[in-house]
Amino acid sequence: MRYAMAIDTKKCIGCSDCVVACQVENNVPIGYCRDWVVEATSGTYPELFMELRSERCNHCSNAPCVRCCPTEASHYGMGGIVLVDPDECIGCKACIVSCPYDARFVHPEGYVDKCTFCIHKVEKGENPACVDVCPTKCMYFGDTDDPNSEISKLLKKRKWKTLIPEAGTEPNIYYLT
Amino acid sequence: MSINRREFIKLSGLGLTGLALAIPIFDWATSSILPSNSNPYTSKLIPTYCEVCFWKCAGWAHLNDKNELWKLTGNDDDPHCNGRFCPRGTGGVGMYYDDDRLKTPLIRKTINGKQKFVESSWDDAFNLIVKKMNTISNNYGPESLALFTHGSSGAYFKRLLKAFGTKNITKPSWAQCRGPREVAFFNTFGEGIGSPERVDIRDTKCLVLIGSHIGENMHNGQVQELSDAIDKNASIITVDPRFSTVASKSKFWLPIKPSTDIALLLSWINIIINEEWYDKKFVKKYTYGFDDLKKHVKQFTPEWAYGITTIKPDIIKKTAKEMANASPSVIVHPGRHVTWYGDDTQRLRAVAILNALLGSWGRRGGFYNPEKKKLPSIPHPKYPKPKWSWKEAVNGKYALTFSSLANGLVDATIPATDREHNIKGWFVAGTNLISTLPNTSRTLKAIQNLELMVVIDTMPMEITGYADVILPECTYLERYDSIRVSGHREPTIALRSPVMKPKYNTKSAWWMAKELSNRLNLNDYFPYNTQEEELDWQLKQIGSTLKEMEKIGVKKYNREFDDLYPLSNLDDFEFNTNTGKIELYSTAMEKAGFEPMPKYTIHEEPPEGYYRLIYGRAPMHTFSRTANNPNLTDLMDENKIWINPKVAKEWDFINNQKIWLENQDGIISSFPIKIRVTERIRWDSIYMVHGFGHSNKKLTRAHGKGISDSELITKVHIDPEMGGTGMRGNFVTFLTENPHKGVQ
Ligand code: SF4
Ligand code: SF4
Ligand code: SF4
Repeated sequence: MRYAMAIDTKKCIGCSDCVVACQVENNVPIGYCRDWVVEATSGTYPELFMELRSERCNHCSNAPCVRCCPTEASHYGMGGIVLVDPDECIGCKACIVSCPYDARFVHPEGYVDKCTFCIHKVEKGENPACVDVCPTKCMYFGDTDDPNSEISKLLKKRKWKTLIPEAGTEPNIYYLT
Repeated sequence: MSINRREFIKLSGLGLTGLALAIPIFDWATSSILPSNSNPYTSKLIPTYCEVCFWKCAGWAHLNDKNELWKLTGNDDDPHCNGRFCPRGTGGVGMYYDDDRLKTPLIRKTINGKQKFVESSWDDAFNLIVKKMNTISNNYGPESLALFTHGSSGAYFKRLLKAFGTKNITKPSWAQCRGPREVAFFNTFGEGIGSPERVDIRDTKCLVLIGSHIGENMHNGQVQELSDAIDKNASIITVDPRFSTVASKSKFWLPIKPSTDIALLLSWINIIINEEWYDKKFVKKYTYGFDDLKKHVKQFTPEWAYGITTIKPDIIKKTAKEMANASPSVIVHPGRHVTWYGDDTQRLRAVAILNALLGSWGRRGGFYNPEKKKLPSIPHPKYPKPKWSWKEAVNGKYALTFSSLANGLVDATIPATDREHNIKGWFVAGTNLISTLPNTSRTLKAIQNLELMVVIDTMPMEITGYADVILPECTYLERYDSIRVSGHREPTIALRSPVMKPKYNTKSAWWMAKELSNRLNLNDYFPYNTQEEELDWQLKQIGSTLKEMEKIGVKKYNREFDDLYPLSNLDDFEFNTNTGKIELYSTAMEKAGFEPMPKYTIHEEPPEGYYRLIYGRAPMHTFSRTANNPNLTDLMDENKIWINPKVAKEWDFINNQKIWLENQDGIISSFPIKIRVTERIRWDSIYMVHGFGHSNKKLTRAHGKGISDSELITKVHIDPEMGGTGMRGNFVTFLTENPHKGVQ
């Protein structure tokens, strides 16, 4: 099993509902976020192109943060979800530096925090909060090891990209383009 | 490197300069006001409908295991949201937790020669209001009281004031926003557009947006349908001087020169008629005035429009063809905030006419026919008949309006020699008139002439500073409200039920109005002892109960008639117009002395060194209503001024530099604004999001963040036909030095 997310940039409007829903769902303190939205515009008026992307931890299959964690607080959980055990985390920030996506932060309570793919919801068979709330329904969550899952089918049908693939982290967030 | 990347492009999570260095900006907020960090994965659900904007999505409030408000999610059965709240609705929890809320009734008093607000009991506040209402009524008549309202709570004050004997009641959402489109469509099809808009975006093949930035205006169900339409490969045509979010998703983006939309619309009409691309059967069966229209638009060729709009003739033709190919499943969207240049009714008439030619009215993928459940109103005695209204102040102008004008009420408050009556008392419920009405100085002038001003709000918005009495309302999460009845593909009703006990010494508008009614001997208009009884009575009239609604939140009804797309089969239909037809040539407008068919008028252009001020919305905010919400300010806490790189170069500007703006009338922004240099805006215009730049220090998160476009909108182009306040005819220039230095 390999949990992954596909986000359709053709539909994303950059509304940041995914950000606030995550904050509320996971009690992320104000001033911090586990996901964020990026706008990339290119061209000169009026020949313009714009992409909007909701970004978060890529739950990499080859995660540098897991590799470099001295206490094994950063680890792989169910379906490859990359997690941090707050009780094991000593706040050394090695993982923060190693993450090419800048996905991690130090929670005011002292441990490192980041996107969990809402594992507490996934365990119950639900979708992550951001996926559930997105008004454009542009986010898809599922198992890419299962060829019949919606996400596998989408990745077969549509063009997609991942972020900084050259870092060799084998990310599991896909952007449909 | 990664830090730079995020600094450069990050849209939300603005506070952080690279998470690795994360410093809590609002560390006071972490533990003090938001729910405690319990493990809340159990929850109790209470039905509500959202009040963060007028879309009123129905949903559920979830409590955590400590019975604190945890989160808000959409109700799957609600067609306004289909189970998904927008960012503002999701962040609605912040409305409840905001610790800057109004906390207790306040009365203006003069102490040692200085005016101050002092805390008061509800009794004292009500007694003072009643005393002043009676004095005003005795001296000038009950008609001298007025109500400005936005949102749910206005309903109860409306009942109270009508019972008292006035009809000077208005919603700024009419003359400052959507009035022109309602008037234009009414004078074409005999019906307005309504809210939510009756546009069948879900099933459309072609969506045309004229300056409408769906996706940035987060009208939930509509945004969701836009996404469905993208999924189904509908072609989108966006006309906007700004590369809006939806422009980036469009097949055609027409970067029009601002203020020339009517020319483009007329040329589309011209070519669709000339090329015979219109829906001939539809036009023949249902419309009136086609030959007149044909003659009228003959001169308005795409080549003519090119010189005005800067849109090339072949693009005008291509886009016209695109619409025609999709006909009748095409929507030339009427927009929502359409008060731009003062000829807005005429522009929306052109939009309506184009839709008529394309046969999209009453057809699938065009405009559907919404149905609303009829909810009987609470039985009470008839309202007394007022002897006069604000209309006296406008001398028969604005003949086509069918709703009262907020600016008309302002006019009727400023004494004039040619008029017998003046408004002397204002109730302002849930609307910050300081920023919703253009021309702040005129609003303030009116306020100076009042003998009573009562403000009912949850937040210390600027308008509260001018009140004699402030009544602190509890938030929508702490009260019942009227049953939401709205027209949609199928009729639904929704309940708002209190999630939490009111925080602080705050109360619901129902309770306030009822208490006032008792003291004014108007108890008969509030015949029930509790709001629950009132709601239960109403619900029982339509086959439900309060108990049932507390469980389901939303109830769907079947349509009474099978007429969602009444004109699909070209069935006979009598339109509610003078001719019983769709009026391409408006007989009513002609009779009222206005153009029966739209004309293009030239609008003033920015003088040298000035740029047209264009404002709009961000998906995470609702005007100034959300500007202090802790969750939503965390996503966006200030507006920036968008400046084209060419202009930035000329002025030697860089990103995030702070500047002040001065408008054509010499009005200078109170605060500075940060620059965003971006290709997404035309060189002759600048853009900012509306609702920022709050001057009240009590709004601790919003105060001084960004600037208020309203204060720079001093030139207002009033629509002579219906009184709408056109606000896009203002120009600004830049000041790099603090103009307020040394000024207290
Ligand atoms: S909620 Fe959806 S549409 Fe909005 S920014 Fe996130 S991914 Fe994009
Ligand atoms: S999956 Fe859950 S934790 Fe991760 S960004 Fe989405 S809401 Fe936040
Ligand atoms: S559109 Fe958003 S803010 Fe408006 S009612 Fe719906 S959830 Fe609330």
